Amino acid sequence: MSDDLLTGRVWRFDHDISTDVLSPGQYAVDPVEVRMLHVLESVNAAFASDVMQGDVVVAGRNFGCGSSRETAAENLKALGVACVVAESFSRIFMRNAVALGLPVVVCPGVHDGFADGDRIEVELGTGRIVNIESEAELRGDSLPSEMREILSAGGILAVLEDQTDR
Amino acid sequence: MGMTLAERILATAAGKDEVVAGEFVVADIGLALLHDIFAAQVFDMLGEVGVDRIFDPDKTVVVIDHLVPAPSAEAAALHQRIRQHVTRLGIKSFYDAGEGICHQLLPERGHVRPGMLIVGTDSHTTTYGALGAGGTGIGTSDMVYALATGRLWFRVPETIRFELSGDLEQGVTWKDVILHLAGRFGADAAQYRAMEFGGPAVKNADMSSRLTVSNMAVEMGAKFGLFAADEITDRYLRDRGGEGTESFTPDSDANYEAVHEVLLSGLPPQVAMPHEVDRVGSVVDVEGIAIDQAFIGSCTNGRIEDLRAAAEVLQGRHIASGVRLLVVPASRAVLKEALDSGVLATLVDAGASVLAPGCGPCFGGHGGLLGPGERCIGTHNRNFIGRMGSADAEIYLGSPATVAASALAGSIADPRHLEVSNV
Ligand code: SF4
Repeated sequence: MSDDLLTGRVWRFDHDISTDVLSPGQYAVDPVEVRMLHVLESVNAAFASDVMQGDVVVAGRNFGCGSSRETAAENLKALGVACVVAESFSRIFMRNAVALGLPVVVCPGVHDGFADGDRIEVELGTGRIVNIESEAELRGDSLPSEMREILSAGGILAVLEDQTDR
Repeated sequence: MGMTLAERILATAAGKDEVVAGEFVVADIGLALLHDIFAAQVFDMLGEVGVDRIFDPDKTVVVIDHLVPAPSAEAAALHQRIRQHVTRLGIKSFYDAGEGICHQLLPERGHVRPGMLIVGTDSHTTTYGALGAGGTGIGTSDMVYALATGRLWFRVPETIRFELSGDLEQGVTWKDVILHLAGRFGADAAQYRAMEFGGPAVKNADMSSRLTVSNMAVEMGAKFGLFAADEITDRYLRDRGGEGTESFTPDSDANYEAVHEVLLSGLPPQVAMPHEVDRVGSVVDVEGIAIDQAFIGSCTNGRIEDLRAAAEVLQGRHIASGVRLLVVPASRAVLKEALDSGVLATLVDAGASVLAPGCGPCFGGHGGLLGPGERCIGTHNRNFIGRMGSADAEIYLGSPATVAASALAGSIADPRHLEVSNV
């Protein structure tokens, strides 16, 4: 599936990026068009304005920790982020990302393997991650077909709409 | 190969003979829980995707507990919308404002059975692991899917087993045990994983204690926090007029990612210090730190056993001047039992303010928030910055006995030192 191969430009973040950083509380009730302008602003002020469709977020351990708010994943998707690759995710963030159609890959070593602006290749089906600059290859967890089906449909509500249309 | 409790729960729900950790399954939902923060949004989203019924109104429980009694016109309007949806969808298990906290009501009113798979729009849905049920938190989109179809995908988690042995000393509780485990193993020790609590010591843990431990399993990242069902589970179910249960246990040859042996003998009372649940130490290390407020309540420690433990400490005494003591029973049934048994009179005589059953100030919504620079010790489960009001306030977490002793002293106090400090 060509859907399953992504290439993009890397934005790299540290460990423990929380839902408060991904979806700051003071904009919590604003529409997504407003919320997405403040994503990660407390750790990288340029991100929300300069991120481009198809860019990839790379991060350390425990990405998306904190509350169960779904807006954390929704904001990244709205900005056009194609995928998040991290050393580990908080469980509910990972579920919410898949539910909203945002691919997530767990990949040990990815935090130290990339710098801002590097180009990355992500093979969702196998979990193979390549730094196009250095040609270094990392082995992440493959995304199981169940999750890839939800992702390629565009999220779990799209799957639901397909099912109920039938 | 044998299965862990988590594997057995997901195998059963997926209609399979066997599953192993790492596998993905589509499982039938045994029970779905929604509370007032997310219920209206989820029901609206269902409508937006064109679904006008839910998979099983009898397996869906809706509770108004977070904003109780409604602290604003907006909260009251939110509750109105929820009531309309509940009527429209034919949901009978609806607990309106004042009945209690969701995680107290589901076990107390007999909704939870061992082996059940339960999803809730709340991270502390792990609480039901106390009865051997696989409870876990999900987001709103997943809940929409679960309500529409009655199914959801799950990754079968690896399990970390905690073999607990030894006897707790007088004045030490299972709240101290779970705080100790969080401090010792860390807030992400069980990320994506199930925790299983076993060993000889759990035979002495009553259901109230188990509910406390499973409730806080999520503070270590866990998907499930499970106890095997045994005689204590059986008695708890029968006492609430339900059918009893056979034992529901992991296989002896189950495969664990790790097994930690923990000796509970000699453990002193514990506290979590600001602003992390895994920043844990002994009460003696922080004794004497002045407090402004003490809070006894929440789904972690708002049960009759907790109120009774606090009343034992407070009996015949009065809290320190300048300290506010808030008591929030976890349910109307808890409140009634506290009333009938005299526990409530003891607490009120000691200077407590009693609030309506519900979440109270636990998540910072209303009903006893903290001002800048204020310090609170509570029996709840989270002490993050700003969780109970001002971002400049500090929250300590401890057992009901520790919180009651601290209210008496006006500063953090070890319940075992009470006689000494009162001389
Ligand atoms: S008591 Fe606190 S932790 Fe429990 S459900 Fe309510 S807000 Fe959440």
